[in-house]
Amino acid sequence: MALVIEQLLNGVQLGLTLFLLSSGLTLVLGMMDTINLAQGSLYMLGAYFAATASASTGSFWVGVGGAVAATALVGLLLEVSLLRRLYATDHLTQVLATFALILVFNELVRMVWGPQALLVSVPPELARPVQILPGLAYSAYRLTIIAVAGLLAAGMFLFVHRTRLGMWVRAGASNRPMARAMGVPIQRVFTGVFVVSAALSAVAGALLGPIFAVQVGMGEEVLILAFVAIVIGGIGSVKGSLAGSLLVGIVDTAGRAFLPLLFGALFPPEVASNLGPTVASVLIYLLMAVVLFVRPQGLFPVHG
Amino acid sequence: MGKVMQEADRAARTGQHEASALVSARRGILRERGLPWGGVGFATVALLVFPVFTQALDWPYYLSLVTRAMILALAASALNLVLGYGGLVSFGHATYYGLGAYTVAVLAREGIRQAWVVWPAAVAVAALAALAIGAVSLRTRGLYFIMITLAFAQMVYYFVVSFKQYGGQDGLRAPRTDFGVSLGDVEVYYLAFGLLVVSLVVLWRIVHARFGRALQAVRDNEVRAATVGFPVYRIQLAAFVLSGALTGLAGALMAHHTQYVSPAMLSWPQSGHFLFMVILGGVGRFFAGVLGAGALVLIEELFHVVTVSWQLYVGLTLLAVVLLAPRGLAGLAEGRKR
Repeated sequence: MALVIEQLLNGVQLGLTLFLLSSGLTLVLGMMDTINLAQGSLYMLGAYFAATASASTGSFWVGVGGAVAATALVGLLLEVSLLRRLYATDHLTQVLATFALILVFNELVRMVWGPQALLVSVPPELARPVQILPGLAYSAYRLTIIAVAGLLAAGMFLFVHRTRLGMWVRAGASNRPMARAMGVPIQRVFTGVFVVSAALSAVAGALLGPIFAVQVGMGEEVLILAFVAIVIGGIGSVKGSLAGSLLVGIVDTAGRAFLPLLFGALFPPEVASNLGPTVASVLIYLLMAVVLFVRPQGLFPVHG
Repeated sequence: MGKVMQEADRAARTGQHEASALVSARRGILRERGLPWGGVGFATVALLVFPVFTQALDWPYYLSLVTRAMILALAASALNLVLGYGGLVSFGHATYYGLGAYTVAVLAREGIRQAWVVWPAAVAVAALAALAIGAVSLRTRGLYFIMITLAFAQMVYYFVVSFKQYGGQDGLRAPRTDFGVSLGDVEVYYLAFGLLVVSLVVLWRIVHARFGRALQAVRDNEVRAATVGFPVYRIQLAAFVLSGALTGLAGALMAHHTQYVSPAMLSWPQSGHFLFMVILGGVGRFFAGVLGAGALVLIEELFHVVTVSWQLYVGLTLLAVVLLAPRGLAGLAEGRKR
């Protein structure tokens, strides 16, 4: 039981951090019909900035703040200089241009920080596990991530669904020409959305730094998970990306933890030891294929 | 009200799209009435005699480089069938490439090295994977098609990596198959050359046959093609499987060339590179794959010599190509002529 709760919490933690990426991704897709593969690079930059800033200031949280500010600035420059030119182009051009950005960012990071992975330590005040239930100790740092990412997700959700600006964002995502015709300054709203999404990606990168290694290529793995999440949720829907992210986080974590056990009970050990990790690693892609097969527009379709 | 606006907006966009498709189709027919015999003949002769020079001058490195370019040209030409002629942005062609290569290596590990078993097996595995993935993916369109082909590619990637007995993350040695005579580097070169030529002839015949015309008709206007009575889904699936099979053949060739397979061959950056080659060559033009693969190998090589950070410059080149010359090298040449 303790194991189940622990894995569930791990899943929620992964899901919420994924949402920090996927919310921006889904709005970029929904509002501007633009695929931005470079969102993963912003996540990577956030992690590197945070590692450097916290090493030089000695405070983990100052590092996170610095990383968010720096990455938001990079996001702004990126939108103004490059992404803007991609809105009118087809998906193939967007995929290739932002794929090129990944190559460029990866190489720049390698030039500045070197090819070795950076190790970031958990802030000392959160290093010890806390007792959350009798007999269940859980990492205080992971709990903090859940709290921070949960608060940001709630804030994002309230902003999108309860404010006038958020209404404009939703209007833009569901029908851009119509929203523009009704007087929504789509371009400016969108620049804002992109900068916020860059900042949120940086938060995710900075917070996950101590859990995963900070290295070149870290952005791509998480980017593809985020894409799976928004495709499951329905492109353009913030609600969908939240549901999709949590689903991906929990299914992936639970699959890795329990499938080997399950197969161990069903099959002889030599089969199970192979099959378990194999199925666990493809589980979320299977989930996505099934969802697309049954509901080609995702769980929460936006375009009516 | 919103519906009406959306409908009008869509109609306007399709109208534009159709007009531009018509223009490009007309230009395509003009351009593709015959083969550019001069260029093709020159390239064929040059490639045929190239190993004579590399052997005489002892340049094994350049022999290997051109072999690599020809193999990638085969894979990119196969992708061009679905991307250029079918209008389907497959973001997962590394899957078929990697599966073709892994079939060679895995069969060798299991002690099967007869060429007449291994090569058909490699192509069949890739074709079957393309059939299964295509059958599901082709039910979606546009963005979702891009994402689902990517998702399937990731699935296959993790699936293959999870087999520790076949190398996992480290990859696997792939000894060359047995043709009765042992294959040296020059033999592999001519094998790649021969298979590239045969594949290009097959592709040429296909895109100029009724099937190829139908595929292009579906690309230009799916609704109209379906209304006229084309079996849209089956046409696209057939093209997808054929493309996957040829990409698998390229993978098997690459395994013979490098005598080693790695999960990187299945990874999504590899799929991105294939797309880049086709775009670089000029998407939808028959020789896009050949030109693009040749150019990319050349670009990588040049930057590789000059700097360790060559990937940065490859990325910048890609960015420049898609933003400044979206019609690729063939488009550039055409623009200069006019």
